Amino acid sequence: MVKLEINGRMQDFDVTDDVPLLWVLRDVAHMTGTKFGCGMALCGACTVHVDGEATRSCVLPVSAVVGRKITTIEGVSATPAGRATQAAWIASEVVQCGYCQSGQIMSAAALLAKNKNPSDADIDGAMAGNICRCGTYPRIRAAIKVAAQSPLVKGA
Amino acid sequence: MTMGLRDMLDLSAPGASPSRRGFLKVSGAVGGGLMVGWWPLADAADAAAASAARPGYEANAFITIGADDSVTLTMAKVEMGQGIYTALATLMAEELEVDMNRVVLRAAPPDAKAYGAPFGDQFTGGSLSIRTMWEPMRQTGAATRMVLVQAAADGWKVPVAACHAEHGEVVHAASGRRIRYGQLVAAASRLPAPQKVALKPASAFKLIGKPLKRLDTQAKTNGTARFGIDAVLPGMLFASVAASPVFGGRLQSVNDAKALALPGVRQVVKLPNAVAVVADNTWYARQGVAALEIVWDEGANAALTTAAMQATVSAALLRPGAVARNQGDAQKMVDADPKKVEATYFNPLLAHAPMEPMNCTVHVRADSADIWVGTQVPARARDAAAKILGLAPEKVTLHNHLLGGGFGRRLEHDYIDQAVAIARQVPVPLKVTWTREEDIQHDIFRGMYAHKVSATLDTQGFPLALVHKLSGPSTLATFAPGWIKADQVDIDAVDGSVGYPYEIANMRTEHTREDGAIPTGFWRGVGPTRNLLVLESFMDELAFKAGKDPLAYRLAMLSKNPRATKVLKTAAERAGWGAPLPARSGRGIALMFAWDTYLAQVVDVAVDDDGTVKVQRVVCVVDCGTVVNPDTVAAQIQGGINFGLTAALYGEITIDKGRAVQSNFHDYPMLRMNEAPRIDVEIVPSTEPPGGIGEPGTAGVGAAFVNAVFAATGKRLYSLPAKPEQLAKAAKAV
Repeated sequence: MVKLEINGRMQDFDVTDDVPLLWVLRDVAHMTGTKFGCGMALCGACTVHVDGEATRSCVLPVSAVVGRKITTIEGVSATPAGRATQAAWIASEVVQCGYCQSGQIMSAAALLAKNKNPSDADIDGAMAGNICRCGTYPRIRAAIKVAAQSPLVKGA
Repeated sequence: MTMGLRDMLDLSAPGASPSRRGFLKVSGAVGGGLMVGWWPLADAADAAAASAARPGYEANAFITIGADDSVTLTMAKVEMGQGIYTALATLMAEELEVDMNRVVLRAAPPDAKAYGAPFGDQFTGGSLSIRTMWEPMRQTGAATRMVLVQAAADGWKVPVAACHAEHGEVVHAASGRRIRYGQLVAAASRLPAPQKVALKPASAFKLIGKPLKRLDTQAKTNGTARFGIDAVLPGMLFASVAASPVFGGRLQSVNDAKALALPGVRQVVKLPNAVAVVADNTWYARQGVAALEIVWDEGANAALTTAAMQATVSAALLRPGAVARNQGDAQKMVDADPKKVEATYFNPLLAHAPMEPMNCTVHVRADSADIWVGTQVPARARDAAAKILGLAPEKVTLHNHLLGGGFGRRLEHDYIDQAVAIARQVPVPLKVTWTREEDIQHDIFRGMYAHKVSATLDTQGFPLALVHKLSGPSTLATFAPGWIKADQVDIDAVDGSVGYPYEIANMRTEHTREDGAIPTGFWRGVGPTRNLLVLESFMDELAFKAGKDPLAYRLAMLSKNPRATKVLKTAAERAGWGAPLPARSGRGIALMFAWDTYLAQVVDVAVDDDGTVKVQRVVCVVDCGTVVNPDTVAAQIQGGINFGLTAALYGEITIDKGRAVQSNFHDYPMLRMNEAPRIDVEIVPSTEPPGGIGEPGTAGVGAAFVNAVFAATGKRLYSLPAKPEQLAKAAKAV
């Protein structure tokens, strides 16, 4: 049995220690907002926050996150940067198919929580690990800049 | 697939649009609501019979208005990112006079007759959705509004002309009376469908042409959007699969003892060409697959290589093919010309790699089945599943979902067939999820094509004759054989070439079918992506040979084509065409005409000394006729360009020992944020009928890229992707 804190809630899961967090979230907890894309930390679709750090959950065994705070796309609106990022995504009309966008938003929110005024190079650095096959990159960049102007980020 | 659409449907003939050849039907809905549907005329009698025979029959009830004022729009097209849900809702709402935020969207169930207009085949693809639904959706919206207004007028005993509709209500202005649609549905559902439906003129549009917000954004930003892979069912199990790595191979034997001993593994399922492990979660299932000891019978393709496939497709260039265009005496002229210019191009195999890997959830019971999936072809998928299970199609319920990318991959239903074959051996609901490796290695790839282009030039260096010979798969012959006519022409394979718009007196396009040994299919941009890459690169080559500016050279051959001229000139102007660039930087231009859309692109690249290409900026000017949502058009162009650039920079599946060599994003890379260029999109205002927009950005960018690389380095790429070793400063001239 593994005990995890997900979006502020403690939950027990009857899984072996080696199961990556992604599959516990998706297949056991039925929290399907976090997506499977590659299984090798190459695409970022599975990004969650572990103690606030953007982390690829597809290669992260659950044993490594016991006792740490996990935030997923379902819970990121509880953070100011997460809320600002989601609002900016809507205002900037970022999404197309939308499949990668949970991961994109998690990476962007983690960036904005630490860097209130990211440059283009900062955005490249934080977002290069997230693939969008629909090619929404120009809008992701624009939305991060919009989110950075939010009082939720600026005033934090 | 432009599919000669305007010819097939007579869309350009006055008074002959499909909607005007359609049949509207008004009926009551379950719970006292109002349903209004539209059928193409050929199917109208069938539809009326089905509707009469089955009370509550909801097929093709595009619009259902409930007594509670709810407005449900049943979407005949699937949403895979292209914004079609929002666009179809816009078309309906414009005529129905309801607010967009009131509209509830519902994916159409599988029913090719009801939702497959105008082809009788329920698919989403070919940049066809707006072109085919533009009039039927508005017609249905207008007819619904008309019966509601009629019902209100009858109730008030006032003339219909004294009433109008706005924001989901009918208003009698003279008396100030208003009544909500929901209060009118019972009366309206007893009225006959209107015989004549007058659509709004463009000048009266309130929604069409405005950058309305997408209806699916919020759910896609908070984790609540449901893709096929997100289906959750009580008691479900999870499967991972290993299919024969060699195309066409079969399962010889498998030792599953180690797999069955692993935690959470429940069952091993054998198929003729694959093995699946069923487990408590997908991870356990994957561990189970890794522990299988499988022996494959590799079959006839065991030694297949990319080089062998290239040799086969090249040899096919020498065989006669189907002649799709033969204007003037092009072949004779180039054959007789000792100074003809010739070039041979290759288009490689490409995987689609949508971000949502192939997956399908199936629950098979004794006499029925349910399928949860995202598919571009719901009726085909349902029918194929029914056949596998030996059930009548109506016993199989397919729940279609949002698609985490389609790009043509989900026009195939191989992954659904496979999941159904596995799940029939499992007593509970089963979710089959392919690994990314399975997804890439068992994609239905974009086919490999060889092209030879030849031109005879006049004294000024302009082509008198242009011959385009290509060889490669006929996707239509396998996907929709009925579309291949007596002339054997595959209108997708030659698309972009047949419509190549330059004023050249003698032009010929000929396609020799060479399907190759592995399965191939449609890939975003289809025929034009391959053909315009070749032709617009060759056109650039001819311009340089003639010592002429590539823009001026093109414009000189487009004097009778104002739309092409406009997009080219505007794109050049916005991009600063002619302004000097630093060393090893270059600017390329290309024109695209397909899917009834004109588009010009200018690409700026910088090439490092080691041959790495950085795309710095893309300017795209598009004339896609009447625009439903300009923001969606811009988004599709931006995304389409990045999709095309991914192929230009990295895209190639290679085959060795009968297997796909690439397996995941480390060796089949995608464009990333730090590599994505600035993209400027400008839309030319137009009142022409709408053109397609999902694929033009992809189809247009390849040649502009190749031409920019040539401008930067003096090296012309005759195959993509651009490999650094070809473009390194010290590389020898090819």
